[in-house]
Amino acid sequence: MKYTVKKILTLIITLFIVSLLAFLAFQVIPGDPTTKMLGTEATEEARAALRAELGLDGPVLVRYWNWLSAFLRGDMGVSYSYRMPVADMLADKLPVTFLLAVMSFLLTVVISIPLGIWAGSAKSRAADVAISALDQMVMSVPPFFIGILATWLFGTVLGLFSTGDFVSWQESWRGCLRYLILPAFSIAIPRIAMTVRMLRGSILSELERDYVRTARSRGAGRRVILSRHVLKNALMPVITFLAVSAAEIMTGSIIIERVFAIPGISQLLMTSISGRDFPVVQAIVVILAAWIVIINFAADLLYRVVDPRIRLK
Amino acid sequence: MKKKGNPFLYIGGALSAVMTALILLGYFWTPYDPTAMESKKFLPPSAEHLLGTDNFGRDIFSRVLEGAGTSFFIAVCVVLIGCVFGILIGSLCGYYGGLADLILTRICDSITAFPSILLALVIISVLGNGTYNIIIALGILFIPSFARIVRSEFARVRELNYIKSAKLMGVGTGRILFSHILPNTWPVLLSAITIGFNNAILSEASMSFLGLGIQPPEASLGSMLSDSQTYLKSAPWYALGTGCAIILLILGFSLLAEGLQRESKTV
Repeated sequence: MKYTVKKILTLIITLFIVSLLAFLAFQVIPGDPTTKMLGTEATEEARAALRAELGLDGPVLVRYWNWLSAFLRGDMGVSYSYRMPVADMLADKLPVTFLLAVMSFLLTVVISIPLGIWAGSAKSRAADVAISALDQMVMSVPPFFIGILATWLFGTVLGLFSTGDFVSWQESWRGCLRYLILPAFSIAIPRIAMTVRMLRGSILSELERDYVRTARSRGAGRRVILSRHVLKNALMPVITFLAVSAAEIMTGSIIIERVFAIPGISQLLMTSISGRDFPVVQAIVVILAAWIVIINFAADLLYRVVDPRIRLK
Repeated sequence: MKKKGNPFLYIGGALSAVMTALILLGYFWTPYDPTAMESKKFLPPSAEHLLGTDNFGRDIFSRVLEGAGTSFFIAVCVVLIGCVFGILIGSLCGYYGGLADLILTRICDSITAFPSILLALVIISVLGNGTYNIIIALGILFIPSFARIVRSEFARVRELNYIKSAKLMGVGTGRILFSHILPNTWPVLLSAITIGFNNAILSEASMSFLGLGIQPPEASLGSMLSDSQTYLKSAPWYALGTGCAIILLILGFSLLAEGLQRESKTV
């Protein structure tokens, strides 16, 4: 229990630091947003009024506090370019990006773990070279190229898929998931190769440990050793890797959305970055950062389930 | 493990040598001018145009060479920045330890926890577009991974007897750091460099693909792939040729990295 409480406290502190950093990062940027919104010929009064409206007057820490408390209430500020609440702009886009990321992550876990265990039990030199070479090849393909190949193969050649016919989840859950399967696989495939490589390496080095020899001398079978003893230890670094993957998969889905014309946050993020629409960028960065911190928190809790020794610490 | 032939090292080495040679050649000579729009549009691959021509009638092979050259240049600079600053920060932290080490390690850990492309995009949104800003943005993000590796090696080696005896003999700190400890980190650093190089190529390609990297008319593998998607139906070779160029470039170096890792294990 103590461990969980400690981890929850760390989670809250980390989230706080992350939000502070994300806020400060956009404060050091030179240039006054009101110049862009009102043009260079606006009067000083008009600018001051707009600044007050956007909450740009006042000391930094006060503004941070106002921003954070508003953010927690779901008010993410107003976009400079569209003069619209950021929360409204993100409301129907963010869930799509998250759905895609979660699907890709689940695919990665569900496929790579059994595959990694299978690859980890192949010890001959030929199998080693073959598996490693295949891993390297798959890892070298950028996800967006897999996406392009998939749209070409399934769309142009086989005619099973047409890019741009996205069905929103409000309309039909099944249609939405069906559309997202190819993009999710495009993101997951290189990740699967990386995870398999990780898990296999981890299993192989774990198999050389003394306790495996002891178990074998007691007459335990390969299967029992692998599932009861080796796997628990071998999974630890893989959990860390998967937690990191969750962050990368998030960016992966932002890129893949572009390939498959999925109406997620990708387009908005890109136009906001090139148009220097910072409230939007800031909101997206904070949300993604919070997501990453929470994933890492989940990984910490998972360690405890897999490795009971951590509970004693 | 017995010492046996290391196919990863040979194949990876050969592939990356060929790719590097092609890229270096591309800096001086390309079969056609990469920006000239003189040929017919969408010619399929042939003896004259190895990878065909694009929507403006430009030779794709020449553009791939130019784009790969830009990516290569960016990746080399990024790895150089990451490596030099990573070695500086990592060696000092690892050797001295203490509070500064703790703080810097925490910062590095939190940077690496973030998706690098997202952070690079945020930096680009502040600095603006352009080749050098991409190099700066990615360079900063590549420092922690190198610093972390160098730090752990330095922290391990500083406790070894030969360093203690060097200290007793009155060897200066700078000399201990860079001529006694640093050479020991080479095997680990070398594979980190090859992996970092690949990540840099991939990151740049992704950023250009999103339209926030290299700007047209300058060729870049990422933005070419992004363009090629529009013409996937009529000219699939555009996407295939460009994509395969990225894959070969990355594959060569990742096989090399794998080979180097295996080599250091067997010795």
